[in-house]
Amino acid sequence: MTAPTTTKGTPGPEKGTPSPEKGTTIGSLEVLAVVLVLLVLARGRIAGLISGAALQTWSTVFVSVLVQAVPFLVFGVVLSAVIAVFVPRGFWARALPSHPALAVPAAGVAGVILPGCECGSVPIAGSLIRRGVTPAAALAFLLAAPAINPIVLTATVIAFPGEPMMAVARGVASLVVAVAMGWLWLRVGKPEWIKLPHRPDLDDESKARAFWAACRHDIMHAGGFLVLGAAAAATINVVIPAAWLQSLAGYPVLSVIALATLAVLLSICSEADAFVAASLSQFSLTSRLVFLVVGPMVDLKLISMQTGVFGRRFAMRFAPATFVAAILVGSAFGVVLL
Amino acid sequence: MTQAVIMLLFGGAIIKATVTDVFLRYVKAGLQPFLLVAGILLVAAAVMTIWYDLRAARRGEAGHDDHEPDDGHGHGAHEPKVGWLLLLPVLGLLLISPPALGSFAAGQAGSVGPAAASDYPPLPAGDPVELSLLDYASRAVFDGGKSLAGRTVKLTGFITPGPDGKPMLARMVLTCCAADGRPIKVGLSGVPMDAPPDAWVEVAGVYSNQVGTDPVNQAQVAYVEVKSWQEIDQPKQPYA
Repeated sequence: MTAPTTTKGTPGPEKGTPSPEKGTTIGSLEVLAVVLVLLVLARGRIAGLISGAALQTWSTVFVSVLVQAVPFLVFGVVLSAVIAVFVPRGFWARALPSHPALAVPAAGVAGVILPGCECGSVPIAGSLIRRGVTPAAALAFLLAAPAINPIVLTATVIAFPGEPMMAVARGVASLVVAVAMGWLWLRVGKPEWIKLPHRPDLDDESKARAFWAACRHDIMHAGGFLVLGAAAAATINVVIPAAWLQSLAGYPVLSVIALATLAVLLSICSEADAFVAASLSQFSLTSRLVFLVVGPMVDLKLISMQTGVFGRRFAMRFAPATFVAAILVGSAFGVVLL
Repeated sequence: MTQAVIMLLFGGAIIKATVTDVFLRYVKAGLQPFLLVAGILLVAAAVMTIWYDLRAARRGEAGHDDHEPDDGHGHGAHEPKVGWLLLLPVLGLLLISPPALGSFAAGQAGSVGPAAASDYPPLPAGDPVELSLLDYASRAVFDGGKSLAGRTVKLTGFITPGPDGKPMLARMVLTCCAADGRPIKVGLSGVPMDAPPDAWVEVAGVYSNQVGTDPVNQAQVAYVEVKSWQEIDQPKQPYA
């Protein structure tokens, strides 16, 4: 299977002579061909390298986080391309309340209709901002959509039989955090923190071409950052033994902070995190609620994707602020409702 | 063009894993149709990109026809470099396809605690009767083995070393993907077993009133008294 392609392995030299008007050197396609050939040739060695139990588990978790996220990523990207290309610019101005302070809760509640997990909502929020939605409202949508949609809340009900208030508390607390972060952005946020990549292809005169270009760009872009996040999550999954976590369960404040941090590190899909929370049975219900509120809003793969879509200056400020807000609001609702 | 090829490989890898059941090592079976549609969309996006690129190249070809089409037009300039990372999952899925979670993961996490139910219906007919590890553990721990009395049960799982070094029977329980996989462990007494860790076995045994605790999370662990056992191939659906 490797033999026929190997001859194409050295396309460099003759392409290296720059044509006078273009200045092209080795194209990325040639680099890709070389990389692929090397990967196929080194396949046995790579497989040998990861034969250890820990590395093997790492690669299983890494691949599975990605496989799990791919449908949500692709559907999110397609929806975001539809928003970016086919929905007219004026639509959002009419659909959302014109006052930004009112648009924020409206956008947060609109998150109910996006049945998916967090990977899809990042490119969608990017598209919304690009199409003129006030950033504060798009951010409220970004935070609310993965946490309060019907699939996630149903999963929470199933995961906590006999604790119906868990799903209620999760939905309300998540919505409150999302709206609070949107309003916070209105007060202290600076437009220059968000740096959306320049995208001339979206204004292509052919709608179909613009649509596919948007799909391609978002998949490569958000997908690449998803790979980074999945790698980080797999590392945490393999490196952290569950045993030392359990020793923190007895301390009320520490356990909240421990589970909030765990939610960030594990980066579990919001449709599955309720079951993981249910299995952390030594921990108080409040700390597990915080786990469920933080997880869909701040985690390694989300931070990675937000950095890619909105820029580093944004992610550096937004993620820690959301983390703190989610802990505070989650704890408050936990104390009152659970 | 390069992006299109990476996307084509990625979509192809997803489709291949989905139709060959390799995907069952990573996610739940219910995700299959969505994976298939996502893979097809990825391939479609790749094909459309290639098509537009080739068409643009053909139109702009009048001046210089000795050039490959990929560099010949303007809007490839801002290709996100981070997209190259998508080659990693392609490598993982097509060339390596890592195995389902095994004893390493089972040893790291605490066992799923058996669930207390209000009543336990009688076991289905059959001798031995096939039970899931979780069903057996719940009946053994919470029902005091009443519904198991006098019956031989058949349990399937892989071997994982217990805290005392003795083999235990385990199976990973998935909710969504392998990242949230948690083990359900059952202790083994009776006939000694010498299968190596990660070997899949089918155990025929009877109820044992021994109950242990998982040192990782203090969950109760049921035991089964092994009468006979045999090594088997990994089931198509490795997770519970």
